[in-house]
Amino acid sequence: MAEPQAGPPGTVTFTLDGRRVTGREGELVISAAERAGVYIPRFCYHPRLAPVGMCRMCLVEVVGPRGATLQPACIATVEEGGEIVTDSPKVKKAQDGILEFLLINHPLDCPVCDKGGECPLQDQTLAYGPGESRFVEEKRHFAKPIALSELVLLDRERCIQCGRCTRFAEEVAGEAQIDFAGRGERLEVAMFPTRPFTSYFSGNTVQICPVGALTATPYRFTARPWDLDQVESTCTTCAVGCRVAVQSSANRLTRLLGLDSEPVNHSWLCDKGRFAYEAVNGDEVRAGPAAADGRPVTLGSSHPRGAFAGEVIETASKVGRVTEPMVRAGDRHVRAGWSRALAEAARRLGEVRAAHGPEAIAVLGGGRLTNEGAYAWTKLAKAVLGTDSVDAQLGDGLPAELVLALPRATIDETCSAPVVVLIGGDVREELPVLFLRLRRAVLDGRTRIVEVSPRSTALTQYAAVSLRVRPGDVPAVARILAGQPGPLPSHPAGPACSPEQLAQARALVEAAGGEAGSSVVVAYGRSSLAEDPSFDAAAVSTLAVAWPGARFLPLLRRGNVHGALDMGMAPGILPGRTSLEGGRAWFVEHWGSVPRARGKAATEVLQSAAEGGPGSVRALVLVGCDPLQDFPDAALAARALAGAEVVVAVAGHPSPALDHADVVLPVAVAHERPGTTTNIEGRVTRLGQKLVPPGLAWPDWTIATALADELGYDLAIGSVTEIAEEIERVAPAYRGFSPGYLDQVSGHDGLVVPLGTADAPPVAPIDPMATPGIGQVEQQGAPPRAGLTETVERELLAALHPEPAGEGAPAPMRRPAVEPVALPPPDHYSLRLVSTRRLYDRSSAVVGSPSLEPLVPPARALANPSELARLGVQDGERVRVTSPRGQVVLEAGADAGVPKGVLVVEFNLAEPAGAPNAASALIDATVPVNDVRLETL
Amino acid sequence: MPLTDAPRIVTARLSYPDSYTIERFLETGGYQALRKALTMTPAEVAAEVDAASLLGRGGAGFPAGRKWSMLKPDPVTYLVVNGDESEPATFKDHLLIERDPNQILEGVIISAYALQVTQAFIYVRGEFALGLERMEQAVNDAYHHGALGRNIFSSGFSLDVVVHPGAGAYICGDETALLESLEGKRGFPRIKPPYYPAVIGLYGQPTVVNNVETMANIPWIVANGGKAFAALGGGRSCGTRMFALSGHVNRPGAYEVEMVKVTFRDLIYDPQLGAGVRGGRDLLAFIPGGASSPWFGPEHLDLPLGQDEVGQAGSMLGSGSVVVMDSTTCPVRAAWRITRFFARESCGQCTPCREGSGWLERILYRIENGGGREQDLDLLLDVCDNISPGVHWPPEQTTICPLGPSIPPSIASSLGRFRDDFLVHIKDGGCPHG
Amino acid sequence: MSYFNAAMAARARQLVSLYPKARSALVPLCHLAQEQDGWLRPEAMEEIAELVGVTPAEVRGTASFYDMLHTEPVGRYVVSICTNIACLLDGAAELLDHASERLGVPVGGTTADGVFTLEEAECLADCDHPPCVQVNHRFVRTTTADAFDRLIDELAAGGRTEEIPPHGTLVRIRRSGGLRVPPDEIARERAQRAQGDG
Ligand SMILES: Cc1cc2nc3c(=O)[nH]c(=O)nc-3n(C[C@H](O)[C@H](O)[C@H](O)COP(=O)(O)O)c2cc1C
Ligand code: SF4
Ligand code: FES
Repeated sequence: MAEPQAGPPGTVTFTLDGRRVTGREGELVISAAERAGVYIPRFCYHPRLAPVGMCRMCLVEVVGPRGATLQPACIATVEEGGEIVTDSPKVKKAQDGILEFLLINHPLDCPVCDKGGECPLQDQTLAYGPGESRFVEEKRHFAKPIALSELVLLDRERCIQCGRCTRFAEEVAGEAQIDFAGRGERLEVAMFPTRPFTSYFSGNTVQICPVGALTATPYRFTARPWDLDQVESTCTTCAVGCRVAVQSSANRLTRLLGLDSEPVNHSWLCDKGRFAYEAVNGDEVRAGPAAADGRPVTLGSSHPRGAFAGEVIETASKVGRVTEPMVRAGDRHVRAGWSRALAEAARRLGEVRAAHGPEAIAVLGGGRLTNEGAYAWTKLAKAVLGTDSVDAQLGDGLPAELVLALPRATIDETCSAPVVVLIGGDVREELPVLFLRLRRAVLDGRTRIVEVSPRSTALTQYAAVSLRVRPGDVPAVARILAGQPGPLPSHPAGPACSPEQLAQARALVEAAGGEAGSSVVVAYGRSSLAEDPSFDAAAVSTLAVAWPGARFLPLLRRGNVHGALDMGMAPGILPGRTSLEGGRAWFVEHWGSVPRARGKAATEVLQSAAEGGPGSVRALVLVGCDPLQDFPDAALAARALAGAEVVVAVAGHPSPALDHADVVLPVAVAHERPGTTTNIEGRVTRLGQKLVPPGLAWPDWTIATALADELGYDLAIGSVTEIAEEIERVAPAYRGFSPGYLDQVSGHDGLVVPLGTADAPPVAPIDPMATPGIGQVEQQGAPPRAGLTETVERELLAALHPEPAGEGAPAPMRRPAVEPVALPPPDHYSLRLVSTRRLYDRSSAVVGSPSLEPLVPPARALANPSELARLGVQDGERVRVTSPRGQVVLEAGADAGVPKGVLVVEFNLAEPAGAPNAASALIDATVPVNDVRLETL
Repeated sequence: MPLTDAPRIVTARLSYPDSYTIERFLETGGYQALRKALTMTPAEVAAEVDAASLLGRGGAGFPAGRKWSMLKPDPVTYLVVNGDESEPATFKDHLLIERDPNQILEGVIISAYALQVTQAFIYVRGEFALGLERMEQAVNDAYHHGALGRNIFSSGFSLDVVVHPGAGAYICGDETALLESLEGKRGFPRIKPPYYPAVIGLYGQPTVVNNVETMANIPWIVANGGKAFAALGGGRSCGTRMFALSGHVNRPGAYEVEMVKVTFRDLIYDPQLGAGVRGGRDLLAFIPGGASSPWFGPEHLDLPLGQDEVGQAGSMLGSGSVVVMDSTTCPVRAAWRITRFFARESCGQCTPCREGSGWLERILYRIENGGGREQDLDLLLDVCDNISPGVHWPPEQTTICPLGPSIPPSIASSLGRFRDDFLVHIKDGGCPHG
Repeated sequence: MSYFNAAMAARARQLVSLYPKARSALVPLCHLAQEQDGWLRPEAMEEIAELVGVTPAEVRGTASFYDMLHTEPVGRYVVSICTNIACLLDGAAELLDHASERLGVPVGGTTADGVFTLEEAECLADCDHPPCVQVNHRFVRTTTADAFDRLIDELAAGGRTEEIPPHGTLVRIRRSGGLRVPPDEIARERAQRAQGDG
């Protein structure tokens, strides 16, 4: 290969160990060398953190005007014509010296250390270190591990003071709950005694710790690294789609590590995504001999986390999982084999259809399925059963026709848009890693946020303007932002945001310029589960009309809800972002039949099932969902389940709705089946299979094909690959998309559909020091694209711009007109209910994970301090909250971030045992807004 | 003034018992230089300081005029005065702060005017409680006298000065650690590049950091002209300088003498200065410029007190402190104590400094207390080599700040000079000096 | 929440206002808290965190870097004896031993009555009066064992309070001069000057 001459603009050419190589202007020596194939050892440097040059392991010789000097490669930048030497005796001696220094006070407890076997300090000692210790003095001692939180333990003796954890907490998470304390030899990582490290992102510090100083309680002592086996996958705990390495030992998940995906998660995960794998294992946890009090510890009970040294018992019937097909026999379930259970389900559904027509059947759920599973289920519902009453969103989402029709922004585009208008809840609670990305974008000055939300959020402090709204206010605020001045709905306490703030927000949008809003990204979700979705939808619609150039990032948060919608799991649509009407001819051609007319969404389904009568829904198929927990209105869900003649539940985890099921079909969950998933931005990534599903559980798509078989219909899909091929053929938005591309070109970054709308940026090779313990993923998962030559890469990328669809293909969806429902005026005695989400709630992922379950906060009634004062309620006092739907007793909390006239009761939080979810006991999902009264006991 | 008839530039007022009061200050010419400076343009004032060839008195000896000219133009710039004096055996800034705070402040105001800075901070070592009070009083007095605040002496120039207390950490004397500390953080020195204070300093803004004694020279320079200052001393070392003399001498103290014209012998033996080694004993060695400087022996006594002269002889004038050790001194114990100082004061960022300092200290302690092994001497030098490759003078710096590389010189020079003493410790199982 | 008493709270606000960025007041506020209580209580750190806009962990982390800030209680009088090189050459180690015996506490310890804490100090920059001794960071120039004993007797008997306030009180002079020149005024002035130059 010819040596590069003077490089292209933006690059510099320098000498590295005698070779001429090119780097980017201003690039750090450590990363330029790495790209040129020279790996410089390091500890403190992490590609996602600002360099600090503390450990001094990366010293290299930099030849300058005054001769060669040793400089840290993580600080020095490459210079045109510069010379770097990484392999001289002087460099080697310096690096050996650093290793020796790091080891003198480091305990030699590798055999009992979690990091043993994948420890960079251990590895580098083998690679570079001296043989015998010259240190005969006494080592530094600290009391044994201290708990920084329920999830993270710190062993200070093992710490090498690289500051990765403290820098992560401050720089990335923005929560400096841990910091260095002391000085010199006594420098240690510490928290404030009464303020544990409760950041939602604490697990990342364990992931990036280069030694065994930080360990995670769920993983601690569960496995030795060399027993681990791993696969590349995507976290589907929420819809950000963080890339992960899933590791297991003996068919049990033991750990999830974040993969560094440039367009998505930058290697970070939230703690829910990281630790909720415990729910997949579904084991009972029993205390081992070392448990503090010797008592057995069982699922769901909180055990002393810091002292936890329990063993995990794999019970015959996994207590946290559904493992066998069951059918109802009187008032209980009995085990049934698959054939009997499927036959029973088909018979019952067939009877309903025969007697009442296909519209009497509804399919709810789908957010937990793979794309392939969702496609199979849509085909089963819409082509076989013939119903369009399918809904992957359980009354907590937005109209699919709107979401799918809006031009989509990627996360990267959002994080570099001059202005982001954010409508919805708290991103940190709902899509945690997106919060990290947005926060960084603001701090780096790349974007400014206009936040529109019913209460202050974790992003409020980073927003350029934060507009508080009451339920029903959003459409009016959107009109003002769009430049159509008008009044906000009147309220006795005055508007929740001031005219000045509105003007400021409008000015920001205007200043960003861009034709027709092309410099604006609207990130939108559901503001509150206690108001009609048409308010948020209408607001978004208004902005879409006013700003034809704007792009939209949907913040629907549930697992693979975007994949499910793309696969057609909502009324009025068909796979590939196609409307039922627009795609009718095409899908009739491919499927044989599609539903006669638009079906019902989840709320209408449940209302219909609850009310009964002619034309009503009589059979409910629950696909990995439980309306009793997930639907905002618990009373309605309960009446619907009671009213339905037939309930078939496809379930991975036990939940209350199963009590109503006539047939229960066990399904494989995350990490138990292969496939793909689609995130908020429309990025398709791989789901890896790491485990054999427990008991008799089947993958989601097989259940659909088997049920179709029973109903006498061949779905004509016999494998995940075949489904993927069919999706590529028939679903317009997935045209040209072959999962094979995920291996060939996208590395671990996935690809955005429709292809050609966003190019995949180059993928960096995996740095074994950035995430110790993940080094082997490339052998197991997709090969990083960085290995490809540029030409090959270009050719492959060209293949990703498919020819336009031919004759007969459905036209792209048109944005529907959305009008908000009428907003009833507030009265002086009531507060308007807002229900937002928290990260840790009573979802099965959290409740099934013994490490996370204790972190679910109790539900409280939160109001503005002045509102509480007006009502004569003390902060912390117990109060009764009454709505027309029901009443609950909660602790009142003063929260200045809640506007006057509003009461916040967060959704699905911890309640006294047996008590209902407070918010869903209050919410009537069929009215525009919910007004509640608050009184002292 | 003994030895030469050079004027007292910074200690002129110290003989008055009330030298620290504004009354005495004004009576003895206080703020005259400031008034003069305000009639000049800022550039003219800076030119005088540049002409004076005033080397910074904080230890590094960088020319003040040159440092000022490097201040990056920016709407917001700062002047920060380093009064953290914690270098072992250095006590001249302590004296100036306690006994003539107004003079320092006058220097600060003049410098701020020359630099066109409107906010200055005087960082005073926290352990100087009295000094802090007197400095704060001086600032109050200056405000009331019209020498500080808005529109100083009706010149149109405004300046605010804040006296900031340290809290006990030697490393905060390093200018970048000092800026971190002033920002309310732990005193971790900053990485250079890019954090050269003149470019990225306090709050990320361009900042000049100067030592207290450097500031104290400014009024005289402005009053008498840079040329007059440059006429004193010799070579690059102009003017007078305060030397803090301590240890086994008859008259320990801080003496202001003309640079270069005076030798170490004068400083230690002149009856008006050190007045000789105590008890008439022999001189074993002396530390010429702070804990990090290589030790000198009797053969160095006739070296002139000049920055380059001492530098060429293999050590440094550093912070201007001279510690005299007589023949009864145990060099192992002295080297151990100095090393322990660094071990206790390392900020802890850099691995070699954090881990190496403690390791060296423990080895020396073992040798001093009877646990020494023959291989320890090579080990000492090799650990030193891993902190500062080559263990030569001036030391190579592979750490963030110069503290780490400051550890080897005293060990290497004591070991080089007194290897036999070390070996006796090892053979006899402890210190022969009792 | 309010840790600082009314007078201290006013001074705390003034301290914060002296600096372009609130965090700069962190160490001065720690001194202020020590003036109120003699040491840095957890409640103090929490309030300081709020005042300067950082987390309590950051206040603790920063404070623990500095020798003068005590996150554990200390005596009314903190006696610091320097044993660094100049003082070592003049009997500092011996004086420290004597002090430890006289007070009946090891180095770093506090007497049972909570009156004295003994500390070994690094160089205190008073090397021409060795061994150098400070009480509550006031130089007492007590260089012999006898003089040390007399000093302790005097302090124990409640003497020298004028010169040596209880531990924590650092600066008794209140700032009475002008306050910070507002940044916009600086900017204006500069602009004017720039115009004048051009
Ligand atoms: C570890 C260390 C400690 C220092 N201590 C002091 C000090 O106590 N006082 C001081 O003025 N300069 C000290 N310096 C030097 C300062 O970094 C800086 O060079 C000086 O304040 C600049 O002022 P000058 O140019 O007027 O000398 C120290 C430097 C280092 C590396
Ligand atoms: S050399 Fe020592 S004192 Fe200086 S920055 Fe590094 S660790 Fe801190
Ligand atoms: S100093 Fe460069 S990796 Fe630590």
